[in-house]
Amino acid sequence: MNLPHIDFSVITPELIVIATALVVMLAEFVGAHATPSPTRSHRIALIALLGLVLAALAAVAGLGRAATDIQGMLVADDLGRYLELVVLLAAALGLLLAWDYLPQFTKMHSEYYALYLLAVVGMMFMGKSTELITLFVSLEILSVALYVLTGFHRGQLAAGEAALKYFLLGAFSSAFFIYGAALLYGDTGSTHLVDIAARASGGFLTLAGLALLLVGFGFKLAVVPFHMWTPDVYQGAPTPVTAFMSVGTKAAAFVALFRVLQAAGVSYATWSLVLALLATLTMTWGNLAALRQSSLKRMLAYSSIAHAGYMLIGVTAGMQLGLSAVLFYLFAYAFMNIGAFAVVSLLERPGYHATQDATIDAARGLFARKPLLAVVMAIFLLSLAGVPPLAGFFGKLYLFNAAVQSGWIWLAIVGMINSVVSAYYYLRVTVLMFMTEADETSFLRSPLSNATGLAIAVAMVGTLLLGIFAGPWLQQLGQAALAFAGS
Amino acid sequence: MLNYSWLILLFPAVGALFNAFWGRRLGPRLVKLVANAAVLASFVVAVLMAISLQALPASAHGQFELTLWPWIHSGDFRVDLAMLIDPLSVVMALVITGVGFVIHLYAAEYMKLDDEHQPLDDRRYARFFVYLNFFILMMLTLVLANNFLQMYVGWEGVGLASYLLIGFWFHKPSAADAGKKAFIVNRVGDFGLALAIMWLFFLLGRDAGSLAFNDIFHALDGATLAVKSALGGVTLLLLLAATGKSAQIPLFVWLPDAMEGPTPVSALIHAATMVTAGVYMIARTHPLFELAPGTMTIVAWIGAITALMAASIAMVQTDLKRILAYSTISQLGYMFLAVGVGAYAAGIFHLTTHALYKALLFLAAGSVMHALHGELNIDLMGGLKAKMPRTYWQFLIGAAALAGFPLLAGFWSKDEILYFTFQQNKALYAIGLGTAFLTAFYSFRAVFRAFAGKPRDQHLYEHAHEQSQGMVAPLWVLAFGAVFAGLIGIPAAVGGLFGLEESHMLEQWLHPVFADVSLPSLPVVWELSLLAGSSLVALLGIYLAYARYVQQAGWTLFLQRLFTPLQSLLEHKYYVDELYTAVIVNPLRTLATFFYRFSDQTLIEGIVNGLGRVTMVVGGGVARLQSGMVGLYALSVLVGVVGLLALMFLVG
Amino acid sequence: MAIPLSWYLIVAAALFCIGFYGVLARRNAVAILMGVELMLNAVNINFLAFWRYVRPEEPLGQVFAIFVLAVAAAEAAVGLALIISIYRTRKTINIDNIDLLRG
Repeated sequence: MNLPHIDFSVITPELIVIATALVVMLAEFVGAHATPSPTRSHRIALIALLGLVLAALAAVAGLGRAATDIQGMLVADDLGRYLELVVLLAAALGLLLAWDYLPQFTKMHSEYYALYLLAVVGMMFMGKSTELITLFVSLEILSVALYVLTGFHRGQLAAGEAALKYFLLGAFSSAFFIYGAALLYGDTGSTHLVDIAARASGGFLTLAGLALLLVGFGFKLAVVPFHMWTPDVYQGAPTPVTAFMSVGTKAAAFVALFRVLQAAGVSYATWSLVLALLATLTMTWGNLAALRQSSLKRMLAYSSIAHAGYMLIGVTAGMQLGLSAVLFYLFAYAFMNIGAFAVVSLLERPGYHATQDATIDAARGLFARKPLLAVVMAIFLLSLAGVPPLAGFFGKLYLFNAAVQSGWIWLAIVGMINSVVSAYYYLRVTVLMFMTEADETSFLRSPLSNATGLAIAVAMVGTLLLGIFAGPWLQQLGQAALAFAGS
Repeated sequence: MLNYSWLILLFPAVGALFNAFWGRRLGPRLVKLVANAAVLASFVVAVLMAISLQALPASAHGQFELTLWPWIHSGDFRVDLAMLIDPLSVVMALVITGVGFVIHLYAAEYMKLDDEHQPLDDRRYARFFVYLNFFILMMLTLVLANNFLQMYVGWEGVGLASYLLIGFWFHKPSAADAGKKAFIVNRVGDFGLALAIMWLFFLLGRDAGSLAFNDIFHALDGATLAVKSALGGVTLLLLLAATGKSAQIPLFVWLPDAMEGPTPVSALIHAATMVTAGVYMIARTHPLFELAPGTMTIVAWIGAITALMAASIAMVQTDLKRILAYSTISQLGYMFLAVGVGAYAAGIFHLTTHALYKALLFLAAGSVMHALHGELNIDLMGGLKAKMPRTYWQFLIGAAALAGFPLLAGFWSKDEILYFTFQQNKALYAIGLGTAFLTAFYSFRAVFRAFAGKPRDQHLYEHAHEQSQGMVAPLWVLAFGAVFAGLIGIPAAVGGLFGLEESHMLEQWLHPVFADVSLPSLPVVWELSLLAGSSLVALLGIYLAYARYVQQAGWTLFLQRLFTPLQSLLEHKYYVDELYTAVIVNPLRTLATFFYRFSDQTLIEGIVNGLGRVTMVVGGGVARLQSGMVGLYALSVLVGVVGLLALMFLVG
Repeated sequence: MAIPLSWYLIVAAALFCIGFYGVLARRNAVAILMGVELMLNAVNINFLAFWRYVRPEEPLGQVFAIFVLAVAAAEAAVGLALIISIYRTRKTINIDNIDLLRG
């Protein structure tokens, strides 16, 4: 039998994370149960963190090298490597948040971190897939892991409910995804994106196939009208998981979407209009719904819907400019959004029901209580709102610029109006933090642990640095986008 | 030296950060030292910038661009973080850091007590100076920016600082409300600026590949007629932004309420610097305005009418700080009038002198406020001259400069504006001259009511006392400026009498910036007669105030009775606030309530019940959107699937 | 090839829609899960039919179908576990009663 040659260097970071996941699973049995729970949890988390850092180093080492692939199924190009970096960054920040959050409600540390790492692997594979089966399997790896992580806080009604909803709707949308894959397969006789691009008929099967694939992507990206699960799941899930998946899943799905669209066999004029409409709907819906929220987590969930809409503008704009803008936005979003969630996790009261927890009132007078924390939170929120000169501003600027350059002027204007609307609910929290006195509704979990502090500091520095060095960084990402668009 | 100009930004930034992180631990002494030193250092840099600017070769056209780092590069489009150092920005930087430093000195003493006259705790003391340094940083960013985007950053930054400082006594509802009002009103203006920049980007910036002032103005030369005619819209949006920041009609309503902030803030932000940003912006972008004569006329008229209206309101106010606030709006109106008739240098001249004497007036008012434990009603004052002689003199000098008392700072700058207005439009000149009369009257009304005569509230009077040296001494610097600053802008006609050539130093200095603008001039006799006219009007106004409030002459009472119907109109500030409430706030509130009711489940269900059974199933789904039920979420996916498929086939 | 490809596709589409209907109409979480499984299997029919009729020389359709089966099994395992965990805390698996999170 002739075994195919496999170049494992294509998936070095993934292999590292998988190995780490295995080690983490086994770590449960080492050192016995004499060790007190938090210490053991920290030990496991440290191993997981090391794995993530190693994987990130491997990804960085690959930057700038020529693209290599495995049997046309997985490709390691610069786009994929940047994606791995975003996902690993989000994962590392989310892991730091879980560091002290997790021991509060569970003793199953190994399981948590192993699943967490597997979700990371799924995301990384997804963004590197160039073949529909790989794409589907990686999508499911990350989804199944996230279903469980969402419901990890088993004592909490909201967590279980969120997990069930996420699961039912996720499986449901997966069915559409593979239906779409089946139609494309039927159209071309292949599941490889290269072949699909070459052979697609552009007829009924292609169009319907792409539309159904878009449903699957739309679900993962929380695009309206496939977004309904998002607020419930983001609110019910443990905050570190929410923070991680809000960024990681989006990153993986966006990059995969770019790969699929490049090979879709449908003209740019067709899919770009569809995406432009979805973007408009998503931004507007997300922002409007966020205006009325009283829970910070739920507000950020709707805001994440809106941000997916902004990024769809970049997808609409097309390959080169749009892709580099989306990549930039993903990095910016990783820093500012996880930073905001990190602060929110400090406003949660232990033992509270998720539906009444972390309300915006908890942030009352935060400035008087913890000035630095309030300033940092304000920076995250302002960056999310797109206030210059923070990372989020440049992210939006590049997205809108990409849209304008490719002729989507009305879409850019819709995006701008939306970011003005969104400023309202971000500023509302800011005002509450700075302009009111603390009262009995306000709360802050203290003391601030080192791990959370580190996560917030990293997110903060990232938000500022991406704002300052926006130009050079975008150029870096632009080269990856150019290499991809040219391929 | 100019290569090190970035230091001017660095010092306040470091000051703000330092106090933000360690302010609480350092204690007030070090906090004020750090904050004041930062602004002083910036002032020194500004002075050095002014000196080195003169040493530039003629080929540089008096300007120097310093790129700090590449900021946005996207395709062919680039915006750098860069400083544009030219006579205009340096004058602004000198005013900001110079007046800013004096106000910092004063505030170091003033802010030891809070609004209820209790010792202010160290943490908030430090916070105040963090905000103040941050403001200086942002204001410098605004005026030193070399491109529209960076200016916008500064524009938003000063707005944020202003908002935070107006609401500094946030436990007072009126202060929090005032902060909110300033914020909302300014958003309207800022929205105009953002739109204007976007429009400019499409008109000129995209082809120029930049948003830098020089590149945009350069691109104007080759612009098509269509582009040039669109500038009318762009400049109107810029004007909207300017009216927001500089408190002109129709967006002036926030400034009087902004007096809820601590007095040094009123002096620095809401009199001397930030509110002049609109004037600066118009002067900076004057090549655009020059191509839009229609907008220029509107600018001039807005300025003139605002000046008259605000001055008339100031005549009946009894709150000392509010009088000064309306006076600020009125004086800003003069500056708008100046730039509206194309006399940019005159506008900047008035901006400079106004910064000096108005800061002086505000700080002196702050001293009075401190002495009277927060009381600002001039009807309850009187006779304070005896208790606070130094403050009296300072306030008097400031008021005289404001009133345009001959040979003081305000006299020269206001007269120059009137001179150029006279040549353009006699009606505008008449309004300006009338306003000058009102100005003289209300400024001396404040002086006489507060300091002269007999005390009207014995209790207040007995507690009044002169303020400490820390607060009084810095004001002499400003008083010196209020008296002599006019000498940098003596008109050529007067200079000619003394054999001075090029006596208008400021105009000479600003010449490279406004070289493209040419203004007509009148015979010397005319110019001198106009000067005499202005002097006469100012003196008349002062005499009327004297007759009314010191002599209490019978005929003045008769006059007052004559104007009684007008008085209530003025006391209600022409009902503008009420108008806005009725026309904008209330309808919005009604609309919001309506939408709130509409989104209320009962109503939707009510509607649904009235419809047929079939729609009930669908409509029930709509009513329960995001109802927490999985089935409906799946239904939403179904809608999406059908919609996507349909769309795909429609366009594909 | 007595039976044309379109017949398979129609059967698959019909099954998919039945599963879809089950998801929308049922209130019991297990029944919904069964609906989803039906949808997945309907797609498998598609894969196999396409493999047989479009490109029988490369077994990609079969491979895909096997992966779908494996994934469906994994999802069913996780899903049932979640449903059991919900049942333990709430004593119900009627999804209409599981609506704490909303708004």
